[in-house]
Amino acid sequence: MKYFIKRVGFMALTIFAVCALTFFLMNVIPGGTAKLVLKHTFVGLEESVTDEQLNQISDKYDLDDPLYLQFFRWIKEAVLRGDIGTSYVFKKPVLYLLALRLPATIQLAMVSMLIAMLAGVSLGIYSAIRENKISDHILRIVTLFGVSMPGFWVALLLILIFSLRLKLVPVTGYGSLENLLLPAAALSLHSVAAVMRVTRTSMLETLGQEYIRFAKAKGLPLWKIVSRHALKNAMLPVITVIGFQMGGLLGGTVVIEKIFAWPGIGSLLVDSISARDLPVVQGCVLAIVMMFLFVHFLVDMLYTHLDPRIRYG
Amino acid sequence: MDNVFTNKLRKKNFSLPEAYGSQFVKRVFQRKDMLFALAALLLFAGLSVFAPLLSPYDPNAIDLKNKNLTPSEEHILGTDYLGRDLLSRILIGARTSLSIASGVVLISLFLGTATGCAAGYYGGFVDESISRVTDIFLSFPSVIFALTIMGALGAGVFNLMLALSIVHWAKYARMMRGQVLSIKKQEFVLSAITGGAGDFYIIRKHIVPNAIATLFVLATIDFGHVILSIATLSFLGIGLPADVPEWGAMLSAGKEFMRTAPYQTIFPGLAITFIVIIFSILGDGMRDILDPNHEGGEID
Repeated sequence: MKYFIKRVGFMALTIFAVCALTFFLMNVIPGGTAKLVLKHTFVGLEESVTDEQLNQISDKYDLDDPLYLQFFRWIKEAVLRGDIGTSYVFKKPVLYLLALRLPATIQLAMVSMLIAMLAGVSLGIYSAIRENKISDHILRIVTLFGVSMPGFWVALLLILIFSLRLKLVPVTGYGSLENLLLPAAALSLHSVAAVMRVTRTSMLETLGQEYIRFAKAKGLPLWKIVSRHALKNAMLPVITVIGFQMGGLLGGTVVIEKIFAWPGIGSLLVDSISARDLPVVQGCVLAIVMMFLFVHFLVDMLYTHLDPRIRYG
Repeated sequence: MDNVFTNKLRKKNFSLPEAYGSQFVKRVFQRKDMLFALAALLLFAGLSVFAPLLSPYDPNAIDLKNKNLTPSEEHILGTDYLGRDLLSRILIGARTSLSIASGVVLISLFLGTATGCAAGYYGGFVDESISRVTDIFLSFPSVIFALTIMGALGAGVFNLMLALSIVHWAKYARMMRGQVLSIKKQEFVLSAITGGAGDFYIIRKHIVPNAIATLFVLATIDFGHVILSIATLSFLGIGLPADVPEWGAMLSAGKEFMRTAPYQTIFPGLAITFIVIIFSILGDGMRDILDPNHEGGEID
C-alpha cells in the first residue's frame, strides 16, 4: 500500500514535470508566440499585420508575462477547470480535439499490443521447444530483422505489397477491420520480435529446471508441461518486456498514423508540431505520457501480484 | 523510484575484470556472427568515410531529365524524383547517420557516466535528485520526447544531435549508477578509501574502469536505436534540413512515387536495417561474453 501511494505520487510528479518541460520547450521558439497566433488567425495576410495588432494579441493572451506566470496560469486552468488551452489552428479546445482523436490511437495501440503478446509468446514458446532445429533458426533470423527494421519502412513495404501490388486492402482509411490490418501489423512487428526473443530465452531457462525434468520423467505430455508448469514461471521477464514495448509502441503510433492517415493522437501531434500549434502539441504529449505511465503502472502491479517475492518499499 | 524496470537494470551488475583485454578479443574472434558483424561495420564505416570518392555521381546533383529512373548500368540503384543518383545518396547517407549517431552516443555516454557516477558514489541527496530526474526522462516515450524537442529547436544536424542526446543520456546514467553501487562495496575500493585516496582518484582509477565495459555494451545496442530514431525523425520531416542526404528523408521522398518507382522505398530502408542489425549482433554478442547468465534482450 505504501508502495502504491509512492508510485501514484511519482506519477503525479512526472506528469507535472512533463507539463513544465513541454511548456518551456514550446515557448523558447524564436519569433514569439503572438506572431504565431496571428499567423493562424490571418492566413495569407500576415504581411499587413501591424505592431498594434500584435500588441493586442499579446495583451489578450497575456503573452508578455514572464513564462513562469503563464505556466502557472496554465496549470491553474488545467487543474481547476480542466481547460488545457485552445488550438491556434482549429480554434477548438485542446481537450475536445484529444477526445476526438484518442479512440483511434487506443484502438491501434491495443490491437498491436494484443498481436505482440499472442504472436510473440506463442512463437517464442514454439522456438524454445524446437531449440536449434531449422524452424528455430529461421524464427531467430526473422526476429533479428523484426527488431532492426524501422517501423515506417515496414509500413511502406506492407503498402507496397498488399495495397499496391496485390490490391487486397486500401492504403488509408479508418473504421473497418481491413483498414486496421496494415497499421497494426506494421506497428506490432517490432514488439512481436522483441517479445518472442524474451519468451524464447526465458522459456529455455525454465525448461532446464529440475521440476520440469521431473514432470517429463513423470510422463506428462509436452503441451501439458509447457502450459501447466513452465509458462507461468517463464512469463515474468515477458511481462517486463511488454511494459518496455508499450513506450516504443506509443512512439511508433506517431509515424504509423502519419503514413496511414490514421486519425489518432500521433498524427495530430506531428501535424501540430509542423504547424507550431503549441497548445495541441502540449496536449498530445501529455495524453501519450499519461497512457504510457498508466500501462507501466499496470505492469508493475501485475508483476508484484504474479511474483509475491517482489516487494518494493 | 523502485519499479520492475529499474530493478531489472540494477540487477545487471556483472563483474568484469576477467573479461577484459585479450580475453575479450579472443572470445569475439571465436564468434562467427560477431566477426561477420564487425567486418560489415568496418565496411560501412569505410564506405561512409570514402563516400565522396566512391560515389559515382554528386549526391546533390539535380538532373530532371533522368528523374525516377529504374536501376540500370548507369545508375545502379536508379534515381530519385529530382534525378539524383540513389547509390551516391545512400553512401553519403551512411555518413550522416553514422556521424550523428556517434555524436549522440558519445555525448550520452559522457553525460550518463558523469551523472550516474555522482549519484551512485555520493548517494543521499545527490542520488535522490539525480535519480528522480533520470526517472522522469525515462518516462517519456523516446520518439515523442525527441519529436517535441525538435519541434522547439527546428531541423538541423546539431539540433538533432542535441535532442537525441537529451533523450538518451538517462539510460546510461541509470546503468552507471547501478554499476557504481555494486563496485563501491568491493574490497579494493574500501581499501583505497582507507588508504586516504580522494573521491576523484577513486572514481577515475577504480570505478570508471570497472564499470565502463557494461556501459559500452549499452552504447553498442543504443547505437542502433539512435540510428532508427534519426531515420524516424527525418522521415517525419522534423529531423534534418532538406539538403542533407539521409536515409529516412529519402524514404519519405520515395514514398510519393511508390506506384511507379518502388525501389526508392526499398534500398534506403535496407541500408537502415543492415546497420541496425550489425549493432544488434555486436551488442548482444558483447553482452553474452561479459555476462553469460543474462536473461536475454530485456533492455531493448
